[in-house]
Amino acid sequence: MKETLKFIKLFSANKSALIGGVLVICLGVIALAAPLLSGYAPDGQNMAEKLQPPSRLHLLGTDELGRDVFSRMIFGSRISLSVGFAAVFISTLIGLLVGAVSGYFGGWIDQFFMRLVDIVLSVPALFFILMLVVFLGPSIFNVMVIIGLTTWTDLARLVRAEVLSLKNREYILAARASGASHARIIIKHILPNAMAPVFVSVTFGVAGAILIESGLSFLGLGVQPPDPSWGNILTSGKDYIETAWWLTAFPGMAIFATIISYNLLGEGLRNILDPRLSGSKERV
Amino acid sequence: MARYILKRLLLSIPILFGISLITFAVIHITPGGPTVVQSQMNAKMSPDSIAKLKTLYGLDKPLHLQYLNWLSRLARFDFGESFNDNRPVTEKILERLPATLQLNILSLLLLFLIAVPLGVYSAAQENSVFERLFTSLSFVGYSIPAFWLALLLMLFFGVWLQWLPISGMASVNAANMPPVLQIYDSIQHLLLPLFVSVFGSIAGLSRYMRSGMLEVIRQDYIRTARAKGLPERDVLLKHALRNALLPVITIIGLSIPGLISGGFIFETIFAWPGMGRLAYESAMSFDYPVIMGVVTAGALLTLLGNLFADIAYAFADPRIRY
Repeated sequence: MKETLKFIKLFSANKSALIGGVLVICLGVIALAAPLLSGYAPDGQNMAEKLQPPSRLHLLGTDELGRDVFSRMIFGSRISLSVGFAAVFISTLIGLLVGAVSGYFGGWIDQFFMRLVDIVLSVPALFFILMLVVFLGPSIFNVMVIIGLTTWTDLARLVRAEVLSLKNREYILAARASGASHARIIIKHILPNAMAPVFVSVTFGVAGAILIESGLSFLGLGVQPPDPSWGNILTSGKDYIETAWWLTAFPGMAIFATIISYNLLGEGLRNILDPRLSGSKERV
Repeated sequence: MARYILKRLLLSIPILFGISLITFAVIHITPGGPTVVQSQMNAKMSPDSIAKLKTLYGLDKPLHLQYLNWLSRLARFDFGESFNDNRPVTEKILERLPATLQLNILSLLLLFLIAVPLGVYSAAQENSVFERLFTSLSFVGYSIPAFWLALLLMLFFGVWLQWLPISGMASVNAANMPPVLQIYDSIQHLLLPLFVSVFGSIAGLSRYMRSGMLEVIRQDYIRTARAKGLPERDVLLKHALRNALLPVITIIGLSIPGLISGGFIFETIFAWPGMGRLAYESAMSFDYPVIMGVVTAGALLTLLGNLFADIAYAFADPRIRY
């Protein structure tokens, strides 16, 4: 309890954490309340009103099929956020598992996993993601899984380092002496103390995953129309760049706002949870 | 030193081997393939002719034989021939490499020239208005999606102001221009892609540079330099900068894979004929040999980049001995 209070106090004193946190919550609320806010169905076509600039009827204009851009963006936030969270969930799970196991057991297991990390880090990541998406077929589910499967390496290294520094502490030796199993020691005694970098990496991870998803959707390799996504609205933006600036400006702003919110929150959390990792200003 | 380089080179062989194995597995285990694409395009294709196509591409042999065959050709620097136009993959990659290298080397240079002074200056001005502005702006730069920035620039400079061309490396009639105009033309085409590629990385590198500087500034020998009355400029630029620059070498090495593969989205946007677009085109048409080649070549460039960074680090920092 005391810990939680201390965290809340530090959190509200940290400007970037506070701004980021509030923005992240706002974005979440918008995504949840999408049907209440949108005013139009996200895939409701109206050819009579196609490619209209922003007006009172259509706040952010309409696309080439006469769909309301504002409504598509609001519903798109649901898709982008779910892809972000699902992908980060997968990559965090793998990163935790690989990092904990190789840090704890060491030896050939550690060697094997760390060489695997080297390999994954040496493949230009986006080439690999591109290849997987094309071969498995573009869909929301595939994009989530593929981003998750290719972005766990940094976390695995961080967790491994934390586990290495914890595993020979006295309380761990005591747990081992009293007969606790390896799994119990890792899950109950080591991981809870290694979570600080995990929270930070999850927050940055959501921003990164949304960035990759929107890039893929923009190229037609992610979320497929008629499902709305910020990336695939931008595809229309590029096709009609000569005439319809609003198709480029607004969805990009949504991606940008989301990413900056999560990055601010991540930066704030890093300052609070792990002063060692942040810029040296806080250290003085 | 020579022994260290040799050791590192030998260590990259298993990594390359692992990469090729994973890539190969992904390509062949996933559904779809060149024969599927071609039979979708032509519904009249009989199962018989599909089988013939598979034999032609060598896709009818057992997987391990296909892989061993690919490996043995790789040992002779032969990536095979493209399914699409039967040209050697090596030739296709070498044809695209200059465009990618031109863009990446220029952007790395610019990145270095802009980000390092920026980081140093903001560290020197700790807690000033400039530093606060720098921190906020670097956040914006760090978070802005490169492909959106590219679209915005195209919209602004290409469509509204009509100052710059929005795609390709040269104008259609560039070949007929006098040399001076040709250079001018290619610079014009280079500006937007270069800006996009540098902009996103400036934030990261300069923040890194700044915290490196701040760390060095707090060390004893800097205090000594100040105490003996050296002007602040000399303290920062002669004593602190040298040590703060060391980690930057590693960062540049680490950013190479991102520069190579990150290119594929905005290479596609700007129709820049580089490796990224080759990867995109070959993946879209299931051109297996080209994909294998591009991924392996990308990995090779990455490993070489890291190796060079480590060697440069050893040269720059006499404390490091191998």
